[in-house]
Amino acid sequence: MRLTIRHTTRYSFDAPVSHGLQQLRKTPKTGQQQRVVRWRTEVEGGHKELSFTDHHNNLVELVSFDRDTQSLAVISEGEVEIRDTSGVLGPHVGPAPLWLYRRGTALTKAGSGVRGLARTVEGETELDRLHSLMQVIHAAVAFEIGEPQTDWGAEEALAAGKGVCQDHTHIFITAAREMGWPARYVSGYLMLDDRVEQEAMHAWAEAHVAGLGWVGFDVANGIAPDNRYVRVATGLDYAEAAPVTGLRTGGAGEALSVRIGVAQQ
Amino acid sequence: MGDGGFFDEMWRDAGEVREPYRRFNAWFEDENPRDLLAKQREAEDLFRLAGITFNVYGRAEAEERLIPFDIIPRIIANAEWQRLSRGIEQRVRAINAFLHDIYHRQEIVKAGRLPEGMLARNAAFLPQMIGVKPPGGIYTHVVGIDLVRTGPGQFYVLEDNARTPSGVSYMLENRETMLQMFPELFVRNRVQPVQTYPADLRRSLAASAPAGTAGRPTVAVLTPGIYNSAYYEHAFLADQMGVDLVEGHDLRVVDGRVAMRTTRGYKPIDVLYRRVDDDFLDPLNFTPESQLGIPGIMDVYRSGGITIANAPGTGIADDKAIYSYMPEIVEFYTGERPLLENVPTWRCSDPDALAYVLDNLADLVVKEVHGSGGYGMLIGPTATKKEIAAFRRKLRARPGHYIAQPTLALSTVPIFSRAGLAPRHVDLRPFVLCSPEGVRITPGGLTRVALKKGSLVVNSSQGGGTKDTWVLED
Amino acid sequence: MLGKTANGLFWMYRYLERAENTARLIETGQRIALTRSGASDLEWRPVLQTAGVYDAYLAAHQDVTKDAAIDWLLRSKDNPSSVIHCIAAARQNARLVRTALTHEVWEATNGAHMRAQHLLARKVGERDLPAVLGTIRQATSLVRGATHGTMLRNDIYDFARIGTFLERADNTARILDVKYYVLLPSVTSIGSSLDNVQWETILRSVSARGGFRMEYGNSYEPQDIAKFLILDRRMPRSLAFCVRKLRDNLGYLVECYGKRPEAWHKADHIDRAYLSHTIDTIFDYGLHEFIQRLLDLLSELGAQIEKDYRFYE
Repeated sequence: MRLTIRHTTRYSFDAPVSHGLQQLRKTPKTGQQQRVVRWRTEVEGGHKELSFTDHHNNLVELVSFDRDTQSLAVISEGEVEIRDTSGVLGPHVGPAPLWLYRRGTALTKAGSGVRGLARTVEGETELDRLHSLMQVIHAAVAFEIGEPQTDWGAEEALAAGKGVCQDHTHIFITAAREMGWPARYVSGYLMLDDRVEQEAMHAWAEAHVAGLGWVGFDVANGIAPDNRYVRVATGLDYAEAAPVTGLRTGGAGEALSVRIGVAQQ
Repeated sequence: MGDGGFFDEMWRDAGEVREPYRRFNAWFEDENPRDLLAKQREAEDLFRLAGITFNVYGRAEAEERLIPFDIIPRIIANAEWQRLSRGIEQRVRAINAFLHDIYHRQEIVKAGRLPEGMLARNAAFLPQMIGVKPPGGIYTHVVGIDLVRTGPGQFYVLEDNARTPSGVSYMLENRETMLQMFPELFVRNRVQPVQTYPADLRRSLAASAPAGTAGRPTVAVLTPGIYNSAYYEHAFLADQMGVDLVEGHDLRVVDGRVAMRTTRGYKPIDVLYRRVDDDFLDPLNFTPESQLGIPGIMDVYRSGGITIANAPGTGIADDKAIYSYMPEIVEFYTGERPLLENVPTWRCSDPDALAYVLDNLADLVVKEVHGSGGYGMLIGPTATKKEIAAFRRKLRARPGHYIAQPTLALSTVPIFSRAGLAPRHVDLRPFVLCSPEGVRITPGGLTRVALKKGSLVVNSSQGGGTKDTWVLED
Repeated sequence: MLGKTANGLFWMYRYLERAENTARLIETGQRIALTRSGASDLEWRPVLQTAGVYDAYLAAHQDVTKDAAIDWLLRSKDNPSSVIHCIAAARQNARLVRTALTHEVWEATNGAHMRAQHLLARKVGERDLPAVLGTIRQATSLVRGATHGTMLRNDIYDFARIGTFLERADNTARILDVKYYVLLPSVTSIGSSLDNVQWETILRSVSARGGFRMEYGNSYEPQDIAKFLILDRRMPRSLAFCVRKLRDNLGYLVECYGKRPEAWHKADHIDRAYLSHTIDTIFDYGLHEFIQRLLDLLSELGAQIEKDYRFYE
């Protein structure tokens, strides 16, 4: 399937920003199951300083704010071709060693909630148990449309019993690591069948299963990612795969508007 | 004059002076002790006027203290030094190769020579360095290897300081002070010079500049600021190298480079000799609250736009648990037997080792795996029952945080006191520079001396002093 | 040069200059107290005003007494313009810009600090005051001497000089601001002993008694004193001298950096629009208004220098 994607993030600030930087992880990955046909990211109110590939193989672009700007827009646009592999991505390739994906982070720290949840998981094979984990979380945490609480970790979301895709994903990777699987966070795009315009990127999880390699789990929707899913960035948690990580001085309050369009060609 | 079974570097047991000290002793015997006491005080005044001070952690901001300086030099014969420096060079090359390996293919883990857990569960392992190629392939541009001696020709490596070793300014100022006060000594003894260190450091840093640097590389020293305990040294090195001394707020990312704010605008830096810890280096990538760092410097580094010396993530080579694997590490990367010995080390994470350590606490030195500066350690033989009991609890609670070593019979060198010469325990920190041009070791290094009788703790933060260290020419 | 370094040099030399100025004000105050019969502690009020610390003093004290005023000016930790504080701040800035200083300048500054800390550790008795002030002045002079004798004449030196002369101009202007009324022709009753003392005080507080006598002899005419302190380009503490030096040093920076910044134009403007007149023109303008205006302009100039040379982000 071939998807065209357009993603605009627009910030407006209450006061001029004297200095600021944003790390962007907005370029889809090229791999076995997806190919980037064309992609470009443009910035208004700032400029690109540099780019590099990080240890999760994400393309990171560093953008600085123009001096005293009161708005910044990042516009990404392109075309990606995807194969349906039923969520299976295959063997791990670096640069990060596989063991790194067993590490917990502040947002994916297991507590009694996640441990309790993990104990209810059943299944014969590794894959069965991971699917069971996905269903258990899907059932326990209601999907709620709205703003994600970026500082919420897996435990907080689980205790609240509701959350957005980010929270489902955090709970899944926390539990999966607790149960012995390397796991990671994926931020990306999902083509919706009923509409083109969206307000947020999607997130899902991947766990590493012996013999198969990395396998995807869209916990929020309770399904395996297929050819509607575009993988953009991966990391140990949201913080490492976030489309934007920023820091600024000045500017006071900010207003954010995000417009995403994902359409089949 | 050797004291209770300790090896004295100046005297044999029979009160006979050892060869390297022969000329020095002849001079010393002709001197009037009262004049020397006056000289000792004069040295202190020189240090104070020059502002050679350090700030004590956890004390009032303004408190600046002198590190006591002892006028009796520590003297090493050239042959001995040559042996040592071969061992140091071997070790430093291995550390660099090790750092490259663990941040790339991790062959040492695959070969089963280092357990994966030593990296996976190590807070000093910096994932952001995975796959990064430091300019020139150098991770540790400046290394300090702490050595102790227990007998003739018997040296041990106590610690590797691969992240930001300090003390080199004292090595240089100690020599400067001795040259000023006792010029005649340097006529009688042919002492290998140390004064080229700043120029060597500058050359070494410049040689490590990113590929494609045009012209003479711009080097700067990054300091946490004037309240840092080692600020004097930061300013001293910048001054001696003739480069700028910068703080985080002087720098920002401009046009894909790290640039410093000058009176004429922003000027890009090619090599940053940083004396700021990894955690505080970049608030965008590490600790967001850090006021000391430069947002985005890691991004510039990862895109190849700057050399950071030492490279982020080198701290893992300082780690005391990794230390216990150094013999394997040296062999794995050099294919040779280690020339320098490690102190036997029990890793308390291993249940058998823990049991042994708990049974023998009164005879052992216990250290925190990530600690430094002599803080948070237990010296069994001098500890009280209460201290030992407290450490027993700590060890049981978090065994993985500790290693233990036998109490070493550190050698002694006399210090000059009112009562004349008195033996005190010493260690030695030679300074090593690495660049694509090679490894360079300054002859000697910093001798730290425990001024308190019988004490084995040489750290300046805990009552240690320093001595000028001589390596004689043949 | 780093913007931070330029800032550090600027303030290091401002603080040194201020330490000297405060020391001189204390000497002047003490001199009046000793030589004038019936002098009351109230005489210390204008001294505190001239040092710009009167309000802060009152916030910390019930009333003005000689002892308290001297201690406030000399060694109070709560007074940022006290001698001990200025020297400590100069030395702190010197540490910050250590790499820009010669060994001699650093040691002289550090030595001045060590002496001040030692001498001012306890309250200074009246008998010791002259010797203590003399020692401190010597110590700061040593820094100046080392600066002249060992520093390269490059931008480092220029910023040091700019800090010195901005502080000095400010100090002279403040002395005039507090005492302007005794210089006004309308209120003079020539030759009264009161006025003689006032004028002498002014001249003393800028170390200008000798210089003035050389030029004008022994008779104090208020206009002459005003002219000497404001317009005489040979007098190293006059406003005209200091502002011309500021402009010159900003000019050397232009030679070094190749760009004429706003600060240079500001200094040039002060020099030409305010300090190239006769003293009568200034009296016509209004001495008080004139001094007020100059204080404002000097402060604007300081801010402009900070901006032009990127002292801060």
